[in-house]
Amino acid sequence: MPHLHEEKIKFLEQKANDIRQSIIEMLVEAGSGHTAGPLGMADVFTAFYFHILNHDPKNPLMTDRDRLILSNGHICPVQYATLAHAGYFPIEELKTLRKFGTRLQGHPHRTSLPGVETTSGPLGSGLSQSSGYAYGARMDGKKFRVYCLMSDGEQDAGNTWEAAMFAGKYKLNNLTAVIDRNNIQIDGMTENIMPLENLRAKYEAFNWHVLEIDGHNFEEIVNAAEEAKAIYEKPTIIIAHTIPGKGIKEIEFDYKWHGIPPNKEQAAKFLSELRTLGGKIRSEHQ
Amino acid sequence: MPINPKAKLAENILDLKTIEQFPTRKGYGEGLLEAGEKNEKVVALCADLTESTKMDLFAKKFPERFIQMGVAEQNLATVAAGLANYGKIPFISSYAMFSPGRNWEQIRTTICYNNVPVKIAGSHSGVSVGPDGATHQAIEDIALMRAIPNMTVIYPADMHEAKKATIAAVGIDGPVYLRFAREKTPVFTTAETPFEIGRAEAIWDVEDSSSETSGPQLIDVAIVACGPLVHNALLAAAELEKEGIKVRVINNHTIKPMDEKTIIKAARDAGAVVTVEEHQVHGGMGSAVAEVLAKNYPVPMEFIGVQNRFGESGTASELVEHFGMGADSIKKAVLKVIGRKPQAVEKS
Repeated sequence: MPHLHEEKIKFLEQKANDIRQSIIEMLVEAGSGHTAGPLGMADVFTAFYFHILNHDPKNPLMTDRDRLILSNGHICPVQYATLAHAGYFPIEELKTLRKFGTRLQGHPHRTSLPGVETTSGPLGSGLSQSSGYAYGARMDGKKFRVYCLMSDGEQDAGNTWEAAMFAGKYKLNNLTAVIDRNNIQIDGMTENIMPLENLRAKYEAFNWHVLEIDGHNFEEIVNAAEEAKAIYEKPTIIIAHTIPGKGIKEIEFDYKWHGIPPNKEQAAKFLSELRTLGGKIRSEHQ
Repeated sequence: MPINPKAKLAENILDLKTIEQFPTRKGYGEGLLEAGEKNEKVVALCADLTESTKMDLFAKKFPERFIQMGVAEQNLATVAAGLANYGKIPFISSYAMFSPGRNWEQIRTTICYNNVPVKIAGSHSGVSVGPDGATHQAIEDIALMRAIPNMTVIYPADMHEAKKATIAAVGIDGPVYLRFAREKTPVFTTAETPFEIGRAEAIWDVEDSSSETSGPQLIDVAIVACGPLVHNALLAAAELEKEGIKVRVINNHTIKPMDEKTIIKAARDAGAVVTVEEHQVHGGMGSAVAEVLAKNYPVPMEFIGVQNRFGESGTASELVEHFGMGADSIKKAVLKVIGRKPQAVEKS
């Protein structure tokens, strides 16, 4: 992937802003779904689909595409919005989220929508699926990379650690995982529900290369993904520190926004805030 | 003896002293090896039970296609889902109690809903696991697996059939559950016995069951069985024959999708059905047969299987007898179901 320059960073910031607006529009239309996680991961998703991944939205099954596997399926509004903005399907279709007959199921389903690499929702199984994918690809000497995006809450799940052990044992250096470290889960703060720290030390003990970044800094996201490619005989985990609800001041850091959508009034307010932010990005760029 | 000649069964299948005995898991091991030789996409994953699940044959021949998973059945299922999603054909092995017992949700979501071709081989099913006791005796796994869309469920009756089923499972472009057993059981089929996924075979019949002739009272009872207990059904049929009772024994190895045509015809010809399986009667093969018949041709039924209980320690034969799945129990169930036919009820 080419190095990030100032102009590209502005482009990514603008894209992420567009994607956040789409997320709000989708959620208010759907009347249910998750808000905080999708907004918090908008920058990571934008970095992947608009810079890091080798992929082709017009040829979603391209043989040697990089695979991005979303483990915590409940943040799919951000994946759907990013896929649509990248050109996988019409942006207009985002309004069908969670509605009867839609390709945009409440949690992602592999065969429903182009760009969705696996079915997910039940937490803790994405890292192991990604590990299987990476293992198979390595058996055949494939060069593509497997990326697994997961939440911090699902680090509670035993299956996640079974996968961590597996990928560490088999030195799957074609696998890069990203943890959305936003510190919230449905019932509250992760460190109150089931403490995860020291997360870095845990993954290091499982033979992973660990990186920690600001999940809203495009340079850091891209550099971490780049560094992972160079790591020899270890999978890489990127702990991306993010702000749940990022972009909308009144809901940032508030775990209560984990699993609910905005109502119409809130959505109008949130969209106006995001559009103002978008205007700022554009004016700074000019 | 009314053995169906088309079934090409072994000689002297009713003589327990001379009949060859091997566990169905042995057929799995041999079948997996052959499947691996025929198709290089086949890979094998095991959760620390490589020798006892008989995956060791494959592991020795194809070490580069064998993946040791450790005692981690959830990971076993989901890593396999990833491998299959990529393009491999993974077989996963453990005891049925742990896979598909422990990892049901992973199988449902990442294998079946994803609709990827993972073959789940559950070894050590049934109470015939024996001395290990109830914790290791999977008797709910058929119910668990057949309830999931996209899943094919096969329960082979002996070693030869286990081998054929394993090889045939590769040809199904989707998930398959294969159910095997620990204990040695009579090998009553041969390498020549026809096997086709989704096709039940009448292996014991006074009439030519393949003929289009069909009608009430052609036979007295149909015993629909699966797994190694098919042999007990044959022993029961032989005893019943001595008493002049006309029996058809159907080897119903594919529980899903079921061969509805053969089952409905049997119900029509006999007017009464007994199902036989080493599984809870709730949700198992018998329940699946009842679903088909209730909708198409309801007849009195009796269900041989474990009656809402957990297993316990003992020898395989002690436990099969104790839980009411021996030839004698099957015979009693046949007499009972014949007595429940409407014409018998009217007479009494």
